[in-house]
Amino acid sequence: MSRPRSRLGALLARETVLAWGRGGGPLVSVGFYAGVATLLPLAIGPEPSRLAAIAPGAAWVALALASLLSLDRLFERDFEDGALDHLTLSPVPLELTCAAKCAGQWLATGAPLALAAPVAAIGLGAPLSLAPLILACALIGGLAFAFTGGIGAALSLGARRGGLLTAVIVLPLFVPPVIFGGGALAAFAGGLPWASGFALLCAYAAAAVALGPLAMAAACRNALS
Amino acid sequence: MIAALELSRVSVRRGGRKLFSGLSLSLAAGEACALTGANGAGKTSLLRAVAGLVPVEEGEIGFGGVEAGEARAGGLHLVGHADGLKPARTVREELEFWSVWSGGTAASAGEAARSLELDPLLDLEVRRLSAGQRRRLALARLLAAPRPLWLLDEPLSPLDARWRLGFGEMMRAHLAGGGLILAAVHDPLPIAAKTLEIAS
Repeated sequence: MSRPRSRLGALLARETVLAWGRGGGPLVSVGFYAGVATLLPLAIGPEPSRLAAIAPGAAWVALALASLLSLDRLFERDFEDGALDHLTLSPVPLELTCAAKCAGQWLATGAPLALAAPVAAIGLGAPLSLAPLILACALIGGLAFAFTGGIGAALSLGARRGGLLTAVIVLPLFVPPVIFGGGALAAFAGGLPWASGFALLCAYAAAAVALGPLAMAAACRNALS
Repeated sequence: MIAALELSRVSVRRGGRKLFSGLSLSLAAGEACALTGANGAGKTSLLRAVAGLVPVEEGEIGFGGVEAGEARAGGLHLVGHADGLKPARTVREELEFWSVWSGGTAASAGEAARSLELDPLLDLEVRRLSAGQRRRLALARLLAAPRPLWLLDEPLSPLDARWRLGFGEMMRAHLAGGGLILAAVHDPLPIAAKTLEIAS
């Protein structure tokens, strides 16, 4: 008899592989940031001083938008192909199942994007000293994006144009981490105290990880019934 | 361990329409029931209601004294048209995952694959399987992680004559071990079974 921990480990491994296949992985994140780093100078002008000033914020917003790319399919495919039925018929609480799915999404999509974020920002002219904070903000912010995004994905289950609905639900939930993370980066770049913004980002991510799965599980049960 | 399934005057409503009402059934360990009825009569909905995936409007579903949440969490298998298998994953990956998830092990998944002659297909992607092979993979989960109550939705439809007989043997062995089977069917089950018809 397998124990709940081994079940969750198996689910996390499976979800990571599936999320990788539906739009995650390092190549996607590198491609996404390559697009941002190429198009941004074309759109706002190539002056290094101007690019350097907006580089951390641009990388941060790009992370938020990239997190949306495959979110709508987080639960949708399992809902359509019956996997969600089978995942529900288990001693593992559905809340933990939802958390494992979001963690898999973050490992496959959020973490590679976070690793690429400092590279893109420095490529646009951000100072090298900012790289560790960009990485930390992107890793923690990515966790918040995955777990709040999961709420939108679960609430839009079974809806027509679920992707649009997910974006509409999720964007307001993305605003606080974008403000906290962007504020911490701007403060650091300006030589101002930045820890409070970073702490608020961590607190938001912790709340999303703790509370998000409760909302996702309730939404999944509602969709299944 | 679920030793009985009792439906008492069960009614289910879906999409604003009452599918059936006042449905009762008593199934003891070692017994099977074939659920019959026209398309859309509510056979699948009844199976999903027993699994707790569809709410019951009236009546009660009992599991022989086992608390419903406990019975549904680890006491039943549901095999339906939507099998939850991922086309891009291999037969081995899917069978081992669902075995572990349902309470079995990778080793029990291997034994189940041998029983259903899936071992030559283990490294194939699920998308490469025929409909009958894919159904055998879905049925292998029943053996990989034994649970007493099998809820089966048209389990025989894509199987060839040989595997219909083979699955009949599987069901007999399950019942002989004290299991219970509730199966929605259009074709007769290849085992002795009660019949419950849902009138449309």
